[in-house]
Amino acid sequence: MSSFSRLHSALILALSISAGGAYASGQAVERYSGIGRPATSAEVGAWDIDVRPDFKGLPKGRGSVRQGEVVWESKCASCHGTFGESSDIFTPIAGGTTAEDIKTGRVASLMPGANQPQRTALMKMATLSTLWDYINRAMPWNAPKSLSTDEVYAATAYILNLGGIVPADFTLSDANIREVQERLPNRKGTTTAHAMWPGTEFGGTRKPDVQGSTCMRDCRKEVVVKSFLPDYARNAHGQLAEQTRVVGGTRGADTNRPAPESFRPNNIQALSSPAPAAIKNIASAAARETPGTSVMPLLQKNACIGCHAMDGKLVGPSFKDVAGKYKDRADAVNYLAGKIKGGGQGVWGSMPMPPQALSDAEAAQLAQWLVRDFSP
Amino acid sequence: MLSRFIQRAPENFLSTDQIREVRAGRRGFLSGAVAAAAGAMAASRALASDDPAIMNLPAHSKGLGQPVAARGYGLPSEWEKNLQRRESPGLTRVPQSSVSFCPLQGLFGIITPSGLHFERHHQGWWDIDPSKHRLMVNGSDNTLLKRAMVFSMDELMRLPSVSRMHFIECGANTGMEWGNVAVPTVQYTHGMLSCSEFTGVPLRSLLELCGVDFKRAKFVLAEGADGSGMTRTIPMGMVMDGQVLVAYGQNGEMLRPENGYPLRLVVPGVQGVSWVKYLRRIEVGDMAYATKDESIHYMDLMPDGLHRQYTSIQEVKSVVTSPSGGQVLLAKGFHTITGLAWSGRGKIRRVDVSVDGGKNWKPARLEGPVLSKCLTRFNADFVWDGKPAFFQSRAVDESGHVQPTYGELRRVRASRSIYHNNAVQTWALGENGEVTNVQL
Repeated sequence: MSSFSRLHSALILALSISAGGAYASGQAVERYSGIGRPATSAEVGAWDIDVRPDFKGLPKGRGSVRQGEVVWESKCASCHGTFGESSDIFTPIAGGTTAEDIKTGRVASLMPGANQPQRTALMKMATLSTLWDYINRAMPWNAPKSLSTDEVYAATAYILNLGGIVPADFTLSDANIREVQERLPNRKGTTTAHAMWPGTEFGGTRKPDVQGSTCMRDCRKEVVVKSFLPDYARNAHGQLAEQTRVVGGTRGADTNRPAPESFRPNNIQALSSPAPAAIKNIASAAARETPGTSVMPLLQKNACIGCHAMDGKLVGPSFKDVAGKYKDRADAVNYLAGKIKGGGQGVWGSMPMPPQALSDAEAAQLAQWLVRDFSP
Repeated sequence: MLSRFIQRAPENFLSTDQIREVRAGRRGFLSGAVAAAAGAMAASRALASDDPAIMNLPAHSKGLGQPVAARGYGLPSEWEKNLQRRESPGLTRVPQSSVSFCPLQGLFGIITPSGLHFERHHQGWWDIDPSKHRLMVNGSDNTLLKRAMVFSMDELMRLPSVSRMHFIECGANTGMEWGNVAVPTVQYTHGMLSCSEFTGVPLRSLLELCGVDFKRAKFVLAEGADGSGMTRTIPMGMVMDGQVLVAYGQNGEMLRPENGYPLRLVVPGVQGVSWVKYLRRIEVGDMAYATKDESIHYMDLMPDGLHRQYTSIQEVKSVVTSPSGGQVLLAKGFHTITGLAWSGRGKIRRVDVSVDGGKNWKPARLEGPVLSKCLTRFNADFVWDGKPAFFQSRAVDESGHVQPTYGELRRVRASRSIYHNNAVQTWALGENGEVTNVQL
């Protein structure tokens, strides 16, 4: 091998090593030519919407508690309740914090011994940017990114007022948001002193806080069952016999019956699921028994069942009640389709239903179901 | 060997007394005995103990089967329909912001079939046109990189790819069980867990293309394109060592829509919420972002009233998947205990199994392969004598971290954390053969 070719080989070797390893920026640009293009500043502006804890990224704007109340009533209260207390469905936003918490920066109802049944957003949140950013990017739930900047300020101000953090005549803006940050009830309530962040940026620790034992023999004296599912919950997750494979060393337990007293060896017959055709028959029989099956995909897609139950009031009236009220009306289908699309308030109480973004055909399908086919 | 083919002598059908009679010259008896024996042999084809599954040839042995490509995309057997991902009734109210659990009780090996992968959506799932999907990389300020860039899917898929097998577990997996037993089966206790081969591009390559200042940019924000605009903070260290992938492939095909089609982040060993689906943007920054799912949810409440923030690593954990809650043993005698072990800190080093509620332990066999931040399948022998038993498994990872019992876990973290419950699971086997979920 000539000295030239040896040098050549060494070069190739060096190149191939670097190809598999770290690339400095210039090398990557050269190697991956034609991949990607510079983003325009307008494109970055359109997508870079995040707001950091130091409020970098927060657009200029303002919104008052009063303005927030208007936004809230029309776009938020249907899920979160007029006072942020929420329906049975969604976690409450406000509640559980006190004026004393605002002074100390620690929420007393999170402390040992306190018996707060639910943890609200205001009890947990240490950074106000979090609330602003989330409303801006993800709310309202079925129409995210539809609020104006000032509406986001206003809704944020309304929530802060619900928690007593700002007064009722307050206007939140990019100019005063840092002062409000200093009043958050749980602003001193978080810690990064743990071993579960995969980096060293927060200080933290490398050593896990909990360590098990590797004892192999006589590790405990007695075995006492301290918690188990009560008999009445045996079927709470459905028929378990139909949730396990029909072949192998086990079968699913028949949870439509009480647990057997004693072992029934090889009693596969009772435990085996029926043949697939039979499974289908069972499924379709079950489907017939459940009202709303035909429109369930539509109800789910539009999150109707977040607020309406088949029977019994949730946030709004039950489908059964709506059907009962209007089924005899001559223009019931048209009327209900209009209500579904346009929303409304006052017929069933003060809680407004927001306009729903579904097609005319879908609204008509739901209205027809309510009027003609609904038979709970 | 020949003995198999040799007809046994009639003597073998005779009792000692009968043989004595024959030897005494009363041979008349013999012809009757031989006739009876021959009759029994002829009738053996129809004995009640013969298995009809063998004796009666089934239709599939006597007919013509289905043609090729009858189903352009194959489906599991009709007999496997019991294994579905399912919701836990009452856990969530709105199906767009909910969870479906993976049926771990029926899976083998370590790879989760893509159609059974657990789901967690925050604002519903989408099936996005890949030709219109873009990935943007920018900085929280312009000095953190040389150029903000936009990549199309076509461009990302031209880059050198890597394929790696990793588990993904929701931080809230087993969260319902912190205080007491709440759900019946391993599908609901541990089913926010799946494992796939992911294919994609190391995020580091893209950041290098943008000329990122790695000295100052210590954090990465990943953002989704769906309504929730899911955002999570990722440490730059994990990006720098090549672990974090911008992935489009899952088990040899593209990602499933429920799992983020066409692009998601893969953050090995870290809880699922950080594996942002429908990934549209990466921002490099010099501070953590305190997003909603880092500051209101996915925080672990400790006994002193402080919330642990940015808890991300899924610590060492294991569970017996069969026999497990809601299953019934079919017979006494030999059974195989099988289960899964995993750790966000690396490889599984060892798994021990107990059948007496943790009094005594035996090492389990690890089925290969054993990979870093990936599910590891284990199994152990069990001979059931009809008496009650308590199945447990306990994993140790390569960092030396040992999976704790509920007692050990609650002594430090109490039971209000919601997230990151990695306690040893106990399944009780009753004398009736039924297995149920218990805590000791």
